[in-house]
Amino acid sequence: MTPVVLPMPSRTRRPPGALQGMRCAFMRDLRGVLRRRTDAVAALVFFVIVVSLFPLGVGAEPALLRTMAPGVVWVAALLASMLSLARLFADDHQDGTLEQLLLSTTPLPLLVLAKMAAHWLTSGLLLALGSPLLALQFDLPTSSIGVLATSLLLGTPLLSLIGGIGAALTVGVRGAGVLLSLLVLPLVVPVLIFGAGSVGASEAGLGTVAHFSLLGAMLVLALVLAPLAAAAALRIALE
Amino acid sequence: MSVALELRDLQCVRGSRLLFSDVSAAVPAGKMLRVQGENGSGKTSLLRMVCGLATPDRGEVLWQDQRIARLREEFNLQLVYLGHAPALKDDLSALENLQASGGLAGLACSESEAASALAQAGLRGRERLPARVLSQGQRKRAGLARLALSAASALWVLDEPFNALDEAACVWLQGLISAQLGRGGVVVLTSHQGRAWDSAQPQVAITLQPPRAVADAQIGRMMGAAE
Amino acid sequence: MDSKGFSWYHFAAPQRFYRLAGIAVPWIGALAALLIAGGLVIGLLIAPTDHQQGDAYRIIFVHVPAAWMSMVIFVAMAFWAAIGLAFNTRLAHMIANALVPTGALMTFIALWTGALWGKPTWGTWWVWDARLTSELILLFLYVGVLSLHAAIEDPRRADRAAGVLALVGVVNVPIIYFSVKWWNTLHQGASISLAKAPSMATPMLLGMLVMALGFWAFCIAVSLARVRIVMLERERHTAWARQAIGAAT
Repeated sequence: MTPVVLPMPSRTRRPPGALQGMRCAFMRDLRGVLRRRTDAVAALVFFVIVVSLFPLGVGAEPALLRTMAPGVVWVAALLASMLSLARLFADDHQDGTLEQLLLSTTPLPLLVLAKMAAHWLTSGLLLALGSPLLALQFDLPTSSIGVLATSLLLGTPLLSLIGGIGAALTVGVRGAGVLLSLLVLPLVVPVLIFGAGSVGASEAGLGTVAHFSLLGAMLVLALVLAPLAAAAALRIALE
Repeated sequence: MSVALELRDLQCVRGSRLLFSDVSAAVPAGKMLRVQGENGSGKTSLLRMVCGLATPDRGEVLWQDQRIARLREEFNLQLVYLGHAPALKDDLSALENLQASGGLAGLACSESEAASALAQAGLRGRERLPARVLSQGQRKRAGLARLALSAASALWVLDEPFNALDEAACVWLQGLISAQLGRGGVVVLTSHQGRAWDSAQPQVAITLQPPRAVADAQIGRMMGAAE
Repeated sequence: MDSKGFSWYHFAAPQRFYRLAGIAVPWIGALAALLIAGGLVIGLLIAPTDHQQGDAYRIIFVHVPAAWMSMVIFVAMAFWAAIGLAFNTRLAHMIANALVPTGALMTFIALWTGALWGKPTWGTWWVWDARLTSELILLFLYVGVLSLHAAIEDPRRADRAAGVLALVGVVNVPIIYFSVKWWNTLHQGASISLAKAPSMATPMLLGMLVMALGFWAFCIAVSLARVRIVMLERERHTAWARQAIGAAT
């Protein structure tokens, strides 16, 4: 019996907007972290511990702590972000969802951006919101606390974006955790300089406009370029 | 009869090892492409080349006479790829997983549609549990449930879909594949178990052999002809 | 057969490049030795002693060219990585790969000579001035590219991933340099700066230029030699490579 060959089905589905795909990726990641809160909380606790280690290391002299505070908080935020970046793509790679992202009808850079956004909401944002409490430990004046928190709000998305490139490059590689930090930390030095520097500038009365504008400019640049670089890195990683 | 999927002289090199070379096939609409071969012969690599995830070291893959490298998202719209892993997030329920993967694939699938697909897969009553608690067979079925929603995708690429499935699930999957072929779609799958059902489908079969084995066979034939 | 005339792809065949590089290396190496010797003569003997810093300043004849080369090589590495990613040729990636250790070496030399300059001049082994700090970060970037390449087993994926990282790095380097300069002027004032070399008399400038060209030739020669070795290793399953290895041993 010869099989009947029917004509090819026509494309009855119209491709949906890119937003639907982005929303699915974003919500899926967000739900995953909200249901397994330990990862996000652990990074936050690490942040607090590292900041608390510094006075133990350099002595509790108030003037010294006050000068050190912005730098210490910022460095601790960098390190905590490095820890949490590992889970951006690694889990997806292990359970096979990463491949499906590459085969989605939504362009990959947009999906990567959605994932980075979900990542920031559950890591960088928490660090920025928790920083005022830590700043109190260092006896920073109130105005400086506001500047510090704002600088972190502007800077931590940059960490998610640039760090995401590193995470994409090291997907599935042995020793990815340390390697990720090795690759990303030199790249985020400008963010550290302008972020921590903004507090010093505000205390010296120089105003924070310059620092925040530069951070803002870097953020805009990274919003455009980082997802493209990370998408290219993912394609290379999954070849 | 026009050719829907065409593989031309595909070659795959892993590290410094040549996995397979000069693999060609022409699959018309409504037929299955069955890829056979031993473990490690490169079946998964070949399937990933068909999906566009991996670029072949030589040769190309054509879908409806166009190179898939050029089609990108248009091709993704017509493609469903299910690999070894069921691609489920452990913390989300099977229902949420299916809706997310459907949304990413361009389907606007409602909760009831997803629930009915999962019911067809034999997961009625378990679709709201976190995927973590499902057994391996249930997870595989949850991943395969996507096929029930993918009637409009012309190309299905399935990597060892019958693994870890019990008899009832196998019958269900066979029904899905037959329906897809009946609609004029193309199904590419790997199998290393000989099944009676497999051989009965309209198909093109290719077997991946390591190049040395091919060379040995050719030499054997030449020597046989010389005697 | 090929009526189009000259084609760059002609030289992209590893075998041909291997032969050409083999011919070029000794000549460029000799040129490098000549230029460096000449530069050292100018720097150590001919250039006058600085009235402020004494003879210790002469280390800039190594420090500055090394620093220049470390940046030039980073850009060259990113350039070849871009070519490799765009055109998918193995040779471009091999060249980019071969440049990295040399670039890291130049950065290392710049850092060491900077430290050696700082000690007699300002009494400290390390000075957080803009250039030295940028060189330090550049060294971290080089090490990052090397580590990433070493950590990935599949050579093709390693090349391409390192290539993407090099491109990301090259976009970042100006931003990093600018931010470090800003940081430096804010925190230390302009007192200590290695960039403030003694006002340049002509023999000093000439010496630095000659040394820079010498370093450039040295880096090219070393990189070409390294590319040849990388090529033999990567292509060892082909007939021409086996022949070349056999001829060498």
